[in-house]
Amino acid sequence: MSTPLLQIRNLAIQFQQAGTATTVVDGVDLAIERGETFALVGESGSGKSVTALAAMRLLPGTARIVSGQVRLRDEDLLRQPEWKMNEVRGRRIAMIFQDPQTSLNPVQTIGRQIQEVLGRHLGLRGRQARGRCLELLKQVDIPEAERRIDQYPHQLSGGQRQRVMIAIALAGEPELLIADEPTTALDVTIQAQIMALLKDLQRRHHMTLWLISHDLGLVADIADKAAVMRKGKIVETFDGADGPLFANPRHPYTLELLAALPRLEHCVGKKAEPAPPLLEVRDLKVWYPIRKGVLKRVKGHVKAVDGASFTLETGRTLALVGESGCGKTTLGKAILRLIPATSGKVLWRGRDIDTLSLKTRCRAMQIVFQDPFSAMNPRMLVGDILAEGLVSLYPAIPAGERRQRVERLLEEVGLPPSSRLRYPHEFSGGQRQRLCIARALAVEPRLIVCDEPTSALDVSVQKQIIELLQRLQRQKHISYLFITHDLAVVAEIADQVAVMHQGKILELGETRQVLHTPRHPYTQKLLSALPGKALESSLTLLRNKSLNSSGDNAGAHKYP
Amino acid sequence: MNLVILWTDALLFALMLCLASLVWASYRLEHLRRPWRRVIRSRPAMVAAVILLAFSATGLVDSIHFRQGNNGEVSSLLDRWLTPFRTRVEKTYSAPLATHLYSRQFLQLPDGRTVWTRPRLKFAGAHLDDPQDKWSDIARIALTGAGKGLAVWLGLFVFVAMARKGRPPETLPWITVALTAAVLITGTCALYALNLEYHVFGTDKVGEDVLYQSIKSIRTGLVLGTLTTLVMLPFAIGLGVLAGYFRGWVDDLIQYLYTTLNSIPGVLLIAAAILMIQVYMATHADRFTSLAVRADLRLFFLCLILGITSWTGLCRLLRAETLKLREMEYVQAARALGVGHFRILLRHIVPNLFHIVLISVVLDFSGLVLAEAVLSYVNIGVDPTTYSWGNMINSARLELARDPIVWWTLAAAFLFMFTFVLAANLFSDAVRDAFDPRRVED
Repeated sequence: MSTPLLQIRNLAIQFQQAGTATTVVDGVDLAIERGETFALVGESGSGKSVTALAAMRLLPGTARIVSGQVRLRDEDLLRQPEWKMNEVRGRRIAMIFQDPQTSLNPVQTIGRQIQEVLGRHLGLRGRQARGRCLELLKQVDIPEAERRIDQYPHQLSGGQRQRVMIAIALAGEPELLIADEPTTALDVTIQAQIMALLKDLQRRHHMTLWLISHDLGLVADIADKAAVMRKGKIVETFDGADGPLFANPRHPYTLELLAALPRLEHCVGKKAEPAPPLLEVRDLKVWYPIRKGVLKRVKGHVKAVDGASFTLETGRTLALVGESGCGKTTLGKAILRLIPATSGKVLWRGRDIDTLSLKTRCRAMQIVFQDPFSAMNPRMLVGDILAEGLVSLYPAIPAGERRQRVERLLEEVGLPPSSRLRYPHEFSGGQRQRLCIARALAVEPRLIVCDEPTSALDVSVQKQIIELLQRLQRQKHISYLFITHDLAVVAEIADQVAVMHQGKILELGETRQVLHTPRHPYTQKLLSALPGKALESSLTLLRNKSLNSSGDNAGAHKYP
Repeated sequence: MNLVILWTDALLFALMLCLASLVWASYRLEHLRRPWRRVIRSRPAMVAAVILLAFSATGLVDSIHFRQGNNGEVSSLLDRWLTPFRTRVEKTYSAPLATHLYSRQFLQLPDGRTVWTRPRLKFAGAHLDDPQDKWSDIARIALTGAGKGLAVWLGLFVFVAMARKGRPPETLPWITVALTAAVLITGTCALYALNLEYHVFGTDKVGEDVLYQSIKSIRTGLVLGTLTTLVMLPFAIGLGVLAGYFRGWVDDLIQYLYTTLNSIPGVLLIAAAILMIQVYMATHADRFTSLAVRADLRLFFLCLILGITSWTGLCRLLRAETLKLREMEYVQAARALGVGHFRILLRHIVPNLFHIVLISVVLDFSGLVLAEAVLSYVNIGVDPTTYSWGNMINSARLELARDPIVWWTLAAAFLFMFTFVLAANLFSDAVRDAFDPRRVED
């Protein structure tokens, strides 16, 4: 076998912080062959991005490479002088970053940003560069390239910006393209398009692709080889030549990751039991006026929510699904009256919600937010955060009992009662989300609006949070309005699904019916864009195997 | 001897009390203790803190005022300690460490002849038989003074070391603090000893000791720097937070207010206010019997008007930050929990603005000390009888124009102001670094 294109040997990287060194990458070995798609998979903080940055020699100042080699063909990149690395970056290795919003310079046209690379690495100037630039834009399927070339990043959509990023990466005609979570910030349908584009480009240009992702489904669909990373170490590698990726996992961590994946078929067993309606939303509209001219007259409306109607039954979960900007969060907040509604009615047990007092309304409905980091005041103790609702809504409760309640809440969400005296920053993302749930539970609501509560979390933590929500629902008979973009999560938790698009509910029905026999073409499109088709077969294989091995639960293994 | 409490004294001590309680409060709250611990770890910040403490202590001692007798002049505790500096007034200008006057005068000799010469000073170096021995004498006095200072420092050091024995080691860089204190104490003692026999920074036009003036100016600078902040903060925080949180017409009103205020030149407002207070004092002469009371009132009003003209910048900053904070999910969660507006402002918004307030207050402090110098220069600063660096610089304007020039007033004012402002700036830099949320938490 020929020498691999990129070979990393025994790479170890430490971060220096306040005098202590933390090892982030701990003896990583990997080899990427020419023309293949290699995927590095892991949860956040596993060191996968740092490994890629080390190969590009783009590590931040606090990082130190302790040992190891990064060989691109025959050169050891870690020993190259900086000016020589500039010949490598962009020309031989190019990188696509996660967030296309921040990776493009907002004050330069996209044409100039592509031509910068062309000028630097290929010496193309003027007409020639512009011509090549247009070619590149067409290659990444940007419509009306002649017009777009002179536009600024803010005039493009998120997906188009990521395409421009790919065009910039392709401009230097690199041998190796590193894509660091290239679609994490994008919607699922756009994600499918971008991944298809990358795959297509790779085939046409015989390029090598190094994909970094947390999404096993996505990786299984596209990669030839994959390595699973955990805490700076590669725990297991897979080769597409041995059958479908992840079909034969041995390491318990990989098994746990696979088991934690939310799956569409999990909704099959759910049964619909009719229950009395708790919340009825009738033709709710949230319009924002667009004012123009000197007199600021209303010239039109942005229809964030445009006539949404649904009924949520007591003790059940309704999922609002849609892509970013479809108005699902606005709808959730408008129900809680955090955002004023333009028109329409919200009925709580048959009564108009506007006739209820503020206290009754707040006791009835609570909300859990997407980002557990900004959802808690960093300058308050956890105990005070949890007690806040009790103080304002149940002022009659004496301080001693309030404290007991807070401790009981902490236990309910699986945290020690002593957490009361700590600050939010001392907790991990998953723990913080538990705290947010506890805060909502404190006032004993009948309905909790969960606004993407798991999308900022890793897969394994996501599973724990979903299980917690399900347990609380069983124990307390709470209803959830679950807002999410992830259809697989919907299958795990929801009884009913409402698919939203551009402020309107397109399809509403029992989860099983919507996910398995979708009627609306938009729902069908969403479902077909879902990654992980390739994974289904291996997961089915895996389940059969674990059934055969007499119930030996894969997730229960302890790691070495 | 009766204790007299002037306006600025009362406010200065009130402010110190506030600061002390703030320190106590932040010691109990973990999220405030962490950044302060980072400040304490920083060596330059601790050197600056020791210097600032020395300056503040001088200013506070200078703020305890007495009245001699029933109708006598008001003087401070510091004045009493520095009586020898205050009373040893020469005839006119003398250079630093000089034994003779700076300018020639006609002098009548015992034999009746008059000569055009530079006469000996009345106090400085008066103990010398031969002025030629001056330098060895100076060295001797300075060294004995420094020796005494060293002894004082050693005593202090041993005391602190004994008191701290057995306690767990802290993050404070003790060696740095001890060394700074050593330099400061020996230097002060040497200066004091020397100034008893000479004028280290010379004398001014009416023969007053310049070192004494510079030391007295510390209080003026301190009062201006801190009291102005005290006046400014309620405006800046209150209005900024209200504008950012409530938006709508409240925001419009407050924005209108501060843009209007901002578009009037500050100097104009200050000049108008100072003229007004002067007119007021002239018409109510019976209420301001003492010179010190008059000067103090003028200083107080200067702080007031400086505060009123300088809150707009911070207000704007806080408004913008509040606009950001009110959209934070924890504020929305609080609203969903039925928490009232006032409580949200108090518990969720203001504590999260605290770092901005702290940073800008500490940074503004040095700016205000410098502003005083500029205002006194254009004669709308403190009362001409008040000792201040600004007044010293103002008088130096003429002294620099005469020939040969008198440079020491300016030099002394510059040296003191420079040390003070530099210390304040170094300290505020460290505070900013520690409280800046964009910096990586360690």
